[in-house]
Amino acid sequence: MKNIVIIGGGIAGVETACALAEGGNHVTIIERDDKLGGKLNQWYCLFPDFKKSTQVLDYIKNRIKNFDIELKLKSTVEKVEPNGDGYFIHTGNVRYAADAVVLAVGYDLFDATRKEELGYKIYDNVFTQADIEAKFRSGDLNTTFGKAPERIAIVHCVGSRDEKCHNMYCSKVCCVTGVKQAIEIAKFLPKTEIFCFYMDLRMYDKHFEELYRSAQEHHNIQFIRGRVSEVSATPDQRLSIKTEDTLSGRPMKMKLDMIILLAGMEAKKNTRQVARLFDVETEESGFLRSQDFHLGAGILSRKGIFAAGACISPMSIKETIENARSTAMQVNQYLKTL
Amino acid sequence: MQNLYTVSKDYRKEIADDKYYYARSCIRQNFFPGSEVTFLNILKKDLDRDVFDDPKHTTCTGIAYHSDVIPFDTIQTVVARHFALMSENGYENFIASCVTSFGMYIEITETWKHFPEQLELIREHLKKATGREFMIPKNIAHTSDIVYKYRMRIAEQMKYPLVNAKTGQPLKVVDHIGCHYAKMFPDKGEGGAEFTQVLQGMIKAWGGATVDYPERRHCCGFGFRQYLVQANRGYSVSNSKKKFESMQPYEPDLIVANCPGCAMFMDRWQYTLNEMQGTRYGASDTMIPVLTYEEMAGLVLGYDPWDMGLQMHQVDVTPLLDKMGVKYDPDGKYRTRTGRPIGSYTPQQSR
Repeated sequence: MKNIVIIGGGIAGVETACALAEGGNHVTIIERDDKLGGKLNQWYCLFPDFKKSTQVLDYIKNRIKNFDIELKLKSTVEKVEPNGDGYFIHTGNVRYAADAVVLAVGYDLFDATRKEELGYKIYDNVFTQADIEAKFRSGDLNTTFGKAPERIAIVHCVGSRDEKCHNMYCSKVCCVTGVKQAIEIAKFLPKTEIFCFYMDLRMYDKHFEELYRSAQEHHNIQFIRGRVSEVSATPDQRLSIKTEDTLSGRPMKMKLDMIILLAGMEAKKNTRQVARLFDVETEESGFLRSQDFHLGAGILSRKGIFAAGACISPMSIKETIENARSTAMQVNQYLKTL
Repeated sequence: MQNLYTVSKDYRKEIADDKYYYARSCIRQNFFPGSEVTFLNILKKDLDRDVFDDPKHTTCTGIAYHSDVIPFDTIQTVVARHFALMSENGYENFIASCVTSFGMYIEITETWKHFPEQLELIREHLKKATGREFMIPKNIAHTSDIVYKYRMRIAEQMKYPLVNAKTGQPLKVVDHIGCHYAKMFPDKGEGGAEFTQVLQGMIKAWGGATVDYPERRHCCGFGFRQYLVQANRGYSVSNSKKKFESMQPYEPDLIVANCPGCAMFMDRWQYTLNEMQGTRYGASDTMIPVLTYEEMAGLVLGYDPWDMGLQMHQVDVTPLLDKMGVKYDPDGKYRTRTGRPIGSYTPQQSR
């Protein structure tokens, strides 16, 4: 029986752990939080089918029960030592022998306060998509002044494809998240006007384009191609935005009651630190560098160290689960060579 | 709605403590002639700082550069000469009175950082033209940065806070930063480009309240070619109008400007707009007094308003002085210190 240590107990970490345990390996998950599931715990429902996030969380919780996986919650890796073909992983006073290690440390949501022109944490009623998921869970979509919003703007690409933030990449999932949230709001508050301000709409996966079309045809959501340049407060406790409708070529100003910023995905703040600890490479963006983009997304630059999930690049829940299973296969292939 | 902005570490600016080489502004000393003298007096007398006001210093040519009259190589050489004068006088910290000059000094030193061959070319130009050599300043700041840095020391010596002396309420102050201060290089301005703190810090430290209005970051109306090309002046006035209309519901007591051009246009265009359409943008159909930050600091410290040249403003400042409880001689307004009349005052009428 081979020993595998997984760093991170989010969707990617748990799915990789289960797939490897299914193959008869002894698997340990080291998670710094006090529960499994990672960022999915903050979400209400998922695109494109509005599946409740709890259904996916229940799936991983039930799946992990089928295997004898050792869980170390509230633990972090402090030291890594070579041990023959494998490694010793130290967390506090405990040492784990590992024939292979999978890094599944996840991502951070872009800190929207870095785009201070958009007013996040400066003005009331400017939220991120994560804040809105929390509002969906609580069932309260009112503004901080206790009123139902009459007009909402959803701002795409906040911290993605943005030189100012040094994030040149697309976070991929924000576009469809915006469309999903717009539809959810429209169902919850049918009288509210909803506007999405976008650069491109990247509806790349199955059912995404249909969701976008449905948003326009059935929920009266308006899509305006233009980036919001500035958010400010108005004397009547509302918000004002400046933007440009680039299709009509006209500058626009609009008064709103709520703004939702679709913050992008970034490499976790400690990903570089984890990479240094395991002596693997990162990309300029901070995400872990795969050995081969096409043929080995989960294989990192050091023998026996693998990666799964959004610590490699932005990805959806569906892609994360697929990626985790793929990484588990690559780990199994590697273990056969030992 | 409350503005909860806090300055991030990305927008914290290093400002030198002392020993400044002072670069005057072409337009500040023409439009508001007492402003720069007030700054020098505050630094030397109230703050005990070493500041060198060099008579050999010239225009930076920034206005001509931004109007496509002066080529980039020329302005770089002029700026290189300023740096040479600074070094020759034994200074390393360069402070500029004009926001456009400040923007130019930053733009040029950043260019030299990224294109060292350009720096070598300019060294050669300056040597050939003047025989001079230069060092790049250790620290470059706008003069408002210095006042901002010492705002708490000024507060300790404050005579007239930015408070309505009758009601005890903080004065509502509109701050206008000027495009060239931080919009080009946000990390060179305290608080960055969007929520620049340099004037807000002074206003809050001296008891006032800032007005956060939707067109806060909009151009004052100067915009260089909007004004310099006579046919474009309608754009200049309409930009100012947009700003005034946006701040009007907040009933500001005062506008304070960072940039000499902005102070000029926000002052003069209020009169122009009143002449054009009979509109006044202050509370109770009044105009809003406009000060430079040096003048605001001078008033707070108890400097005589007429010594600072506040009678040279288009919008009458006496309502503001009365609000603050500033003691002044009404008869001295249009007289020199020796009592010679310098003109007369015709009250502005709404059409």
